[in-house]
Amino acid sequence: MAEEKSEPIEEVTSVEEKPKPTKKVSAAEEPFEPIIVGFLCNWCTYTAADLAGTTRMQYPPNIRPIRTMCSGSVDPVYVIRALLSGADGVLVGGCHPGDCHYVSGNYKARRKMTILKTILNTLALDDDRVWLKWISAAEGRKFADTATAFTEELKKQGPNPVKKYWST
Amino acid sequence: MRNAILEVKNGNLLDTLDALWRQLLEKEIVEALLIPQELPSRLNVVQTLVSNPESLQVPNPLAPVLPVNSARIVSQMTKVTPSNKKVGVVLRSCELRALIELVKLKQASLENLVLIGIDCFGTYSIDQYRKLAQETSSPTEDFLKAVNEGKEDPLLREACQSCEYPTPLNADLTIGLVGIDFEKGILLQASTPEGERILEMLELKDSDEKTVAKREEAIAKLTAQRAKKVEEILERTQQEASGWENLLTLFAPCINCHNCKTVCPLCYCKECFFDSPTFEMEAEKYLGWAEKRGTIRMPTDTLLFHLTRMNHMAVSCVGCGMCQEACPSDIPVSNIFRLVGSRVQKIFDYIPGRSLEEELPLATFKEDELVEVG
Repeated sequence: MAEEKSEPIEEVTSVEEKPKPTKKVSAAEEPFEPIIVGFLCNWCTYTAADLAGTTRMQYPPNIRPIRTMCSGSVDPVYVIRALLSGADGVLVGGCHPGDCHYVSGNYKARRKMTILKTILNTLALDDDRVWLKWISAAEGRKFADTATAFTEELKKQGPNPVKKYWST
Repeated sequence: MRNAILEVKNGNLLDTLDALWRQLLEKEIVEALLIPQELPSRLNVVQTLVSNPESLQVPNPLAPVLPVNSARIVSQMTKVTPSNKKVGVVLRSCELRALIELVKLKQASLENLVLIGIDCFGTYSIDQYRKLAQETSSPTEDFLKAVNEGKEDPLLREACQSCEYPTPLNADLTIGLVGIDFEKGILLQASTPEGERILEMLELKDSDEKTVAKREEAIAKLTAQRAKKVEEILERTQQEASGWENLLTLFAPCINCHNCKTVCPLCYCKECFFDSPTFEMEAEKYLGWAEKRGTIRMPTDTLLFHLTRMNHMAVSCVGCGMCQEACPSDIPVSNIFRLVGSRVQKIFDYIPGRSLEEELPLATFKEDELVEVG
């Protein structure tokens, strides 16, 4: 995350346009690296990601962070869009309950994400590809651990099946 | 709460009700009425706003057709400023429930409105109603006769066949037909002081308790029947809509017309995100996606639209089925919304349209809830 702070634009572009495996390399040779889109609250989880970076904690580079002003501002449409665009997982990170910079945004995020996950679950669309985690600005370690755990979990689950379909 | 009996003269329910609507205006109980009337062609019955009893043409709120969920109309009338005149709005249960949701969403105002709810036995599609109207002189009479004989009509809209609220909630005055021998008399139920004022001005005699008890029993029986039908539909829809493959099959005929959104009484955004410039993109973007995925469906974002709409309003979905009616491709949109709606509403123990006091689930929260999610 330290790098990201110094050259944020290049960081984002470079992960977005990750070099695609050339046709010569078959899928079997290339291990599956899940792509996680992270919607991270400016006041806590985003700062925690920064902290994890500046303190040089090791964690898998699978998260593509997007800074939001509050987890409560993450409309489900962002998450669905990410999933339909082929993200293997989506992490929404906010301040711990009671600690929201805007008093109650994270409680509202929890309701929104509950509805989203319930709808995904009802339609058998892998609701466990969406995680909502509370990570405070001081919890660089928790961010690194969450990134590791989510990446591992998604590796077990395999690629997002929606990628098989172009007709979305 | 007061129950009164309105005697039906010569067994003609429609004439009796006709006289009732005229009285409401003549006695100045209300200054205007929002009431469904038959169009001159008799092929459709639409909402109308009438302020003069003489210009009341052929009011027929019992006609088994629902072209528009009138909650939208009330919202259109009262969103900018509340009504300055006393208006009686004649609504079915699904319309009234949607209106309550819209009031909570600050898209309508009940100020100066008298909510007149009518019992509803269901409605046909506009197309079906037109066909019946071409064949017979009064589809409404035929329909009510069949209802009286206890016949189930498979031609009714699926949303109506599975409606668990045949009687209106939150009405000032209810025109009660379920469980009532409506060839002899209908039950007028006042649930608010406003409703009681109307009964007083109409100078009606009270009904006996037996009639009310019989009605309660009939409602319970009908609701139980409908609940069974709901279960059937939800089970079928669950199978049809499970997994990406099935969901994509279900939405394959979608032409992105967004009719479902346009007619939905609860799609509350004044400006839809999906009609916003967010989705006006450069050719480069589309080509980029196409390059990445090989092929992309055009127009894009079909499933994104439907899944997002579910997230935005399934919690307030009253199941009126207008979306399904408006779908040119006959996608069972309403059934899918009923399915996801039933699940999300259960989480918050929320029934849309049940009460004005209950807060919208997305407008409130509890500190110690849903800890399994986050």
